[in-house]
Amino acid sequence: MRAQYLDRMDIERERGITIKSQAVRMPWTKDGQPHILNMIDTPGHVDFTYEVSRSLAACEGAVLLVDAAQGIEAQTLANLYLALENDLTIIPVLNKIDLPAAQPDTYAEELAHLIGCEPSDCLRVSGKTGAGVEELLDEIVRQIPPPTGQAEAPARAMIFDSVYDTYRGVVTYIRVIDGQLTGREKILMMSTGATHELLELGVISPEPVPAKALGVGEVGYLITGVKDVRQSKVGDTVTNQARPASKALAGYADAKPMVFSGLYPLDGSDYPELREALDKLLLNDAALVYEPESSAALGFGFRVGFLGLLHLEIIRERLEREFGLDLIATAPNVVYRVVMEDGTEHTVTNPSEFPTGKISEVHEPIVRATILTPTDFTGAIMDLCQTRRGTLLGMDYLSEDRVELRYTLPLAEIIFDFFDQLKSRTKGYASLDYETTGEQVSDLVKVDILLQGETVDAFSAITHKDKAYSYGTSMAEKLRKLIPRQQFEVPIQAAIGSRIIARENIRAIRKDVLAKCYGGDISRKRKLLEKQKEGKKRMKMVGRVEVPQEAFIAALSTGDESPGKK
Amino acid sequence: MSPALPSRDPAPPDGALSQLALASLTQRDFGVYLHVPFCAARCGYCDFNTYTPSELGGLDIDSYLKSMVREIACASRVLAGQAPAVRTVFVGGGTPTMLGSDQLAQLVAAVEKEFGFADDVEITTEANPESVDETSLRQLRAAGFNRISLGMQSARASVLAMLERKHRPGRALAAVAEARNAGFEHINLDLIYGAAAETEDDWLASLDAVTGAGVDHVSAYALIVEDGTALARKVARGQVAAPDDDVLADRYLLAEDKLTGAGMQWYEVSNWAMSDAARCRHNELYWRGQNWWGFGPGAHSHVGGVRWWNVKHPRRYSALLADGSSPAAGRETLSEIDQRLEEIMLGMRMRQGLPLSRVGSAAPQLMADGLLDPTAFAEGRAALTLRGRLLADSVIRDLS
Repeated sequence: MRAQYLDRMDIERERGITIKSQAVRMPWTKDGQPHILNMIDTPGHVDFTYEVSRSLAACEGAVLLVDAAQGIEAQTLANLYLALENDLTIIPVLNKIDLPAAQPDTYAEELAHLIGCEPSDCLRVSGKTGAGVEELLDEIVRQIPPPTGQAEAPARAMIFDSVYDTYRGVVTYIRVIDGQLTGREKILMMSTGATHELLELGVISPEPVPAKALGVGEVGYLITGVKDVRQSKVGDTVTNQARPASKALAGYADAKPMVFSGLYPLDGSDYPELREALDKLLLNDAALVYEPESSAALGFGFRVGFLGLLHLEIIRERLEREFGLDLIATAPNVVYRVVMEDGTEHTVTNPSEFPTGKISEVHEPIVRATILTPTDFTGAIMDLCQTRRGTLLGMDYLSEDRVELRYTLPLAEIIFDFFDQLKSRTKGYASLDYETTGEQVSDLVKVDILLQGETVDAFSAITHKDKAYSYGTSMAEKLRKLIPRQQFEVPIQAAIGSRIIARENIRAIRKDVLAKCYGGDISRKRKLLEKQKEGKKRMKMVGRVEVPQEAFIAALSTGDESPGKK
Repeated sequence: MSPALPSRDPAPPDGALSQLALASLTQRDFGVYLHVPFCAARCGYCDFNTYTPSELGGLDIDSYLKSMVREIACASRVLAGQAPAVRTVFVGGGTPTMLGSDQLAQLVAAVEKEFGFADDVEITTEANPESVDETSLRQLRAAGFNRISLGMQSARASVLAMLERKHRPGRALAAVAEARNAGFEHINLDLIYGAAAETEDDWLASLDAVTGAGVDHVSAYALIVEDGTALARKVARGQVAAPDDDVLADRYLLAEDKLTGAGMQWYEVSNWAMSDAARCRHNELYWRGQNWWGFGPGAHSHVGGVRWWNVKHPRRYSALLADGSSPAAGRETLSEIDQRLEEIMLGMRMRQGLPLSRVGSAAPQLMADGLLDPTAFAEGRAALTLRGRLLADSVIRDLS
């Protein structure tokens, strides 16, 4: 069996992370009694919390895996709390005990302290060597209650995932709660009322294996020939058309995009390909939203909403890798709610759409962040959170040398380089998790960047008033270095409304002439001129200023001057 | 000659030209360029098609001369007696004066024999100051040369050393005096500015030297770091600073100031002359899209919208001619659009510029920006201002 068996995507395997939940069924015999275990491997990262919560809602118990070399991470807490909210039986497990750096005793204490059990209750396993795995499976059988659904009731199955497969169409992952689904019968999607022929029903063991029927508690898949995942909506209830259930199961809240970024093809003619690629990714990723937008600076593209930065990074990487696209992404931003003095409201997902006129209040999303760190770095983290407008909610010692810090932070402050900063200030030891907890009114302004008096939409940013100046000056300086000198002087300004807060000048070019052009030079120089004229055509015009696309990319690509940085 | 030859159509082995191209012969001036691809040593900044003795692989000057005469005969066949009398001859290199005066005389005589010279023919040779003396200059003058272009480059030893030029600073001015004594009507001094070691004071000294020398023509070139040269490698390695555009602009303005002050007038962005008669008519022929035949390894020619270029290495050049073939390596036939582009690219660099009807619609904006001269504009011409000269390439891009 190959390593990282259930992480099927290249990106998952390379990064050693799980993005998509995977279901798997395995038979296990304890004390001569055969059992069937249905398990779901879930992601851990905060961006994919919604995947975790969906999966947990389909389960009776959870195995809480903690890396025995790293101990509890912030996401461990987050996922533990999710499991507790779902009243699940939790089995604490320390994994990777084969690693030389593993400290199972230390972390067993922490874990026990956290969930209120004895350190000896924490199982110790190694996925790599197989040590302790049998004991774990026995423990699952012993502790996790069997499913409680009614076998005779009309069928109700929860859709917890649906993915698009090029060859088979949409594959819908379900967990049967009540009754039974059998092959060759029509099913009904309870939210849409759509009926489908069941083409295939099966379990994953660990590859898809067709099955005649799925009964109470069983996890499996079904295929109906539908081509659009949106017709197999995650959270929907599947029932039998001939004998439908009267009441659907409680579904899931839709995942809400928290972070937006403009994605533009480097080559404008790739726009249709980008649209197609996004449409295809959407088939597998209900959390992705996008709509076309155009930028004077970058041309035609899409404003894309993501669950978080990792989600953004992964989508972007998949677009580039799987679809061969070269993309420019604008600096990510959160969603703002702007209330005007006349009471009207605007939802702003793109800084260039920030309303002008008399603004009464700007609301920004906030998160409750949990940071776990060795105590040595407490001061460094407090400094960081302070500069990011954080409010300390509390701190708890997990053990003598590890502490949990809880902060309220604006999401906007986290989505830039917060995580990198956190890692670099704590030598990589701190971990972060957060959940959105609402919004707050903040003193936020839009900073525009103007070239020769013209606003460059791609560089507009919404920042806290105290950080507007540093964003403006650093962006202006960066552009001065990136934009080639023109025939005339080009002022670069940063402005809040009509108030200029920073200014740089690109000095006019003084010499642009070949010294020599004699008989033998003419053909070569003409070709050079043709090439330059081609290059000129590819320049983006901001008013009369010619800006090479590379300058836009360079200005957007490095996160250094993002509004979040002090 | 350019280092990398353009590549387009193969040239026919006999060098034949279309009737259309030949028909232009009677419509346009006809000039001759003779390339002498030899130098005693290669200067660090130079990317011309030239060879030191060790690079020639045993080719001797006699066989080069023989091949040149063969190409002259080949040209005569191709042009089939339709070429008008030659109005300009320019011998360039390399270092033409690596040939003896008698050998240069031989080449000029061969051209005259095939094509005949117009009454007012201009015959120029380039020369390195250290490779001529009063005797050789008298011989050249006697052979019909009436214009000489001396590669002075700088009046300062430190700058010459940086450029890897072998002559002493005073030598160029002495050669000017010798040329004048020998009876040359037109004398040019070439200067190069912007070398890393050059100070503004050095440049002023060079300008003072040329204005005091009594020549009627000065070419002043910004140092170009050409790909593939020793200079380019030094710049890439960070051993030598690349010329700074703002410094080059300042140097250019100083040149304009000093040369104009000495009674000269610019007639092309890098060329100044005491009078219309002192202009280099051969170069003007290039810039006005006239016909010329360039003889010698790597030389370029143009006849009626067909440009071609010879193989670069002298041995290959000689071998082709010995076989009775054309030495051309490739050619291109210019489209209407190409010709129009060239007209703007070359014409706008000259003082008189071009009629507004020949340039694009950006002219009014360029005038408003101070790059085109309002007086000329009022007279229906697009002509560069002083600032426009320094930005000629961007003006050309906007107008073409």
